[in-house]
Amino acid sequence: MSIDHRKFSRRSVLAGTAAGAVLLGAPAIVRAQAKALKIAVLLPQSGYLAQAGQSCHRGALVSPAVLSNFGFNVELIHIDMESNPDVARTQTERAINEGAQCIVGAFDSAGTLAIAQVCEQRQVPLIVNIGAAPQLTEQGYKFLVRNFPTGGMLVKNGLTQIQHLIDATKIAPKTAVFLHANDNFGLAQRKGMDAIFPTAGLPFKLVESIAYDPKAQDLSVEVTKIRGLNPDLVLVVTRAADAIKLIRDIVRQKFQPMGIISPGAPGLYDEEFYKALGPLADYHIDAIPWANPKSKVTQALEAEFKKQQPKFRFANECFNVGFTFDALLVAADAFKRAGTATGPELMKALMATDLADHAMIGPPIKFDAKGQNVNIPSSCVQNRGQTPTVVLPADVATMTPVLPMPPWQGRT
Amino acid sequence: MTNIWYHTNWRGKAICLLLLLAFVAAPIVADRYLLSVLILVFYFAYLGHAWNLLMGFAGQLSLGHALYLGLGAYTATALWTLFGVGPWIGVFIAIPVAAAAGMLVGWLGWRFAIEGVYFALLTIAFAEFTRIGFDHLGITGASAGLFLSVSSEGADKWWNLGGGPLLYYYISLILAVAATVLVAGLRQSSLGYRWLAVREDPEAAQAVGINIFRARMIAMLISSSMTAVGGVFYGFYYRNLFPSQVFDIGRSIELILAPIIGGLGTIFGPVVGAIILTPLGEGLTGLMQSLGINAPGAKLIFYGIMLMIIISLRPDGVWPWLARQMGLNGSRK
Amino acid sequence: MTAITLNVIVQGVLTGLVYGLMALGLSVIFGVMRVVNFAHGELTVVAMYAAFLLFEMLHLEPLIALLPIAAAFFGIGYLLQRTLISPFIGRAEHEQFILLVGLATVIVNGVLLIFGPDARPINLPYSFDSYAIGPLFIDKVRVLAAVAALAVAAALFLFFRYTRTGTAIRACADNLTGAAVVGLNVKQLYAVTFGLGLACVGAAGSLMATIADASPGLSQAYTLLAFTIVIIGGLGSMMGALVGGILIGVSEALAGFYIQPSMKSMFSFALLIIVLVLRPQGLMGRRL
Repeated sequence: MSIDHRKFSRRSVLAGTAAGAVLLGAPAIVRAQAKALKIAVLLPQSGYLAQAGQSCHRGALVSPAVLSNFGFNVELIHIDMESNPDVARTQTERAINEGAQCIVGAFDSAGTLAIAQVCEQRQVPLIVNIGAAPQLTEQGYKFLVRNFPTGGMLVKNGLTQIQHLIDATKIAPKTAVFLHANDNFGLAQRKGMDAIFPTAGLPFKLVESIAYDPKAQDLSVEVTKIRGLNPDLVLVVTRAADAIKLIRDIVRQKFQPMGIISPGAPGLYDEEFYKALGPLADYHIDAIPWANPKSKVTQALEAEFKKQQPKFRFANECFNVGFTFDALLVAADAFKRAGTATGPELMKALMATDLADHAMIGPPIKFDAKGQNVNIPSSCVQNRGQTPTVVLPADVATMTPVLPMPPWQGRT
Repeated sequence: MTNIWYHTNWRGKAICLLLLLAFVAAPIVADRYLLSVLILVFYFAYLGHAWNLLMGFAGQLSLGHALYLGLGAYTATALWTLFGVGPWIGVFIAIPVAAAAGMLVGWLGWRFAIEGVYFALLTIAFAEFTRIGFDHLGITGASAGLFLSVSSEGADKWWNLGGGPLLYYYISLILAVAATVLVAGLRQSSLGYRWLAVREDPEAAQAVGINIFRARMIAMLISSSMTAVGGVFYGFYYRNLFPSQVFDIGRSIELILAPIIGGLGTIFGPVVGAIILTPLGEGLTGLMQSLGINAPGAKLIFYGIMLMIIISLRPDGVWPWLARQMGLNGSRK
Repeated sequence: MTAITLNVIVQGVLTGLVYGLMALGLSVIFGVMRVVNFAHGELTVVAMYAAFLLFEMLHLEPLIALLPIAAAFFGIGYLLQRTLISPFIGRAEHEQFILLVGLATVIVNGVLLIFGPDARPINLPYSFDSYAIGPLFIDKVRVLAAVAALAVAAALFLFFRYTRTGTAIRACADNLTGAAVVGLNVKQLYAVTFGLGLACVGAAGSLMATIADASPGLSQAYTLLAFTIVIIGGLGSMMGALVGGILIGVSEALAGFYIQPSMKSMFSFALLIIVLVLRPQGLMGRRL
């Protein structure tokens, strides 16, 4: 590409600027007239959260078809917020200009709060699909609801599940070490752990909590440290790629705990985890909210996902996909009840949500006065045959839990 | 300042005034999206000015300005959330905190003759060191973040730097204009000439009796103070802070793009750069959207290519060339 | 010294050697051409993906794939220098910086677009093996990678010391005008140098792929890591890069073990600041 300097006159520069201004400010006249609710879905599809963001995005892609089966009509605008709050904020403004009546997003807390500023001012409801920082629903936003547990809830429910696991498998762990990424998600859980564990009444002792740098290239020192403490259980809060490094070093250092359990973090069930570790990926347990294999909504979602996203497995995407779907479902349901998409009306309907049929395990979705769904239980998901499988609670389980996990040797 | 204004021809004056008038009047016609983009334009123009003082005038490459941005943001927001001290007072505490950090970096760097890339690495090291430090600083929420309420008493009032887009629009516009005027004034001051002398030929400058160390320290003082004010704006605009976001090296890099692309060491370079780059990013996103392309990453690929093209074609920046094309006198302005 | 401390140190040394090899490429390029390659980590990640692809498609082990990848990266480096970077030689650092930041942005997002965001592992039959020496556990892949890193560094060292081209490049680094006066083809030599720097990157990326999983997000951390190591070791010093790598590897490992893993990079940056202040030419570098 070359630019002819003589032709690149002032007039063309001015014209270019004008064109740019039009492109930017193109006033969005198109107010949705149809009965579909227009929802902008903002997710970090690129940048450092791309892995989770793209997984959520697949959930958003398959949702409209499923929703229409259940009689809901939504129209989605998909936006990549690039893991960047600046982009999240301007793109929210743009989406609302283009007629978005509701926003769903944005996986991470910084991006979500950037969006919340806009939504609050423009009175457009924001439904948080995933985001665990307790503060999201503590800052007084009137146009924000969250159908996702806070860090504290995750830990509390996770520890309850661990107790059930111990009861079900009759193991007798005496000690545990808690390892977490020192990022906003990991630290929120650490704070939950520090507050809740001492009174949770679990039969084992928490010997130490270790924070690691999420930018660290290698976790061998962390593992050596854990090996030195020799706990029966390792409780972990990791990001996807870190979980791989962690298990690899645990195997190499021939450390054999009774179990490796996450009280509420992704990582141990992502596709890359299975691809990297093969049979060594099995028997780890996540105590997290999960898609309900026995719900008809989930079954419909899974069928649609298989059809539209054949390259991906619903089984290990269902956490991101399910929560993104449920957020859209909550929006569509409120719209149906409100009969209008005007912000305050829609928000009123959202706060009155009482939705029994949804994808994730749990009682009907309801929000408290702060816009938080306080009733999102966790379940135990164990990797079996390199597929995350619900093993507890018994009424939704498809297998029974196995602990202590079989030794590393002889797995291949 | 008066000097530059006096020497600018009528065309330049007219364009300058018209542009300013257009920005002041923009909220009458512009929708909220356009305003939110312009806020970013002014914000980056402002930060670009701050960085340009140190690099463009005093010739010292800092790749760690996120340090001052983050310290400014954290100081003011922490004062507000922890002690109820409003940002208009908090900013006067944020400035010395960031300036002290700037002085430390500058003192270490220039006392020990750390130059060029080495100095740049020193600034990165301090910013990264501080980022990890804040990741562990319990009082500001460590890596879990610091959050500003929207519902507490007076949180939405201008005197607490809260409110609608117009507030942020005019504050960012005032910051950008004030920075431009300040930089133009400094450029014409004896200090400005000392900086240029030091930048062009330190040895000769020393020979004529200029205290190089002192000149650079003053540049750092002003630059880090200005950046801290930008940080206060950032903190209250987004109302949440995470060390991994605000101290990130990515922040340091993004704030230096505008002044370099616009024209290093010029007065209008940072403004022109910000006017080009922010809308470029937004325009690419809009373009992708309207073409129905959903390919995460594609937009940033084009953005990267544009950076490479611009710097290859206009290594001195766009503004000096643009000024010549538009018949404004003196590309040096 | 307890066995476990010793274990931590050994791990640090092995990882540090591979980091050192990566930093070596940066050192060569800067030492000779004064170009600050801010796309260094990004290029390393590209090499990791190349190793991943060769393994997936041809079942070529990274330790063997290292050779073709290094060769290919030599070619890429040669071409990059000849086309994109050459006009920027001798220009101000900030101009090079923008060019390479642009290149880095293109690479990171290109990789994201092509391979997606997931980490891509190379599963070798011995990926999970370790040597048990008394109470110590030492990973097999780290030992192999470290040995290979030493071999590549030695080859590079011999090249610079004993070949005509190598000597000529050193001459350019020492005295550019002098080199031009005696009739050396500086343009050509620069292209070769950049090629060599990238060959190091290619080799390091292949080795890195055995101890870490390729993903777009690694790039920036690697760039920063390479710079830290090179400055500590001494820009332009080949031994320095390896020593710097080991120093960073060991100090991070010890800090992680005795203090707090999440704070370990703080110690690298503190070390960097101390070295810059007390010995700006780096531990093994000459005063510039």
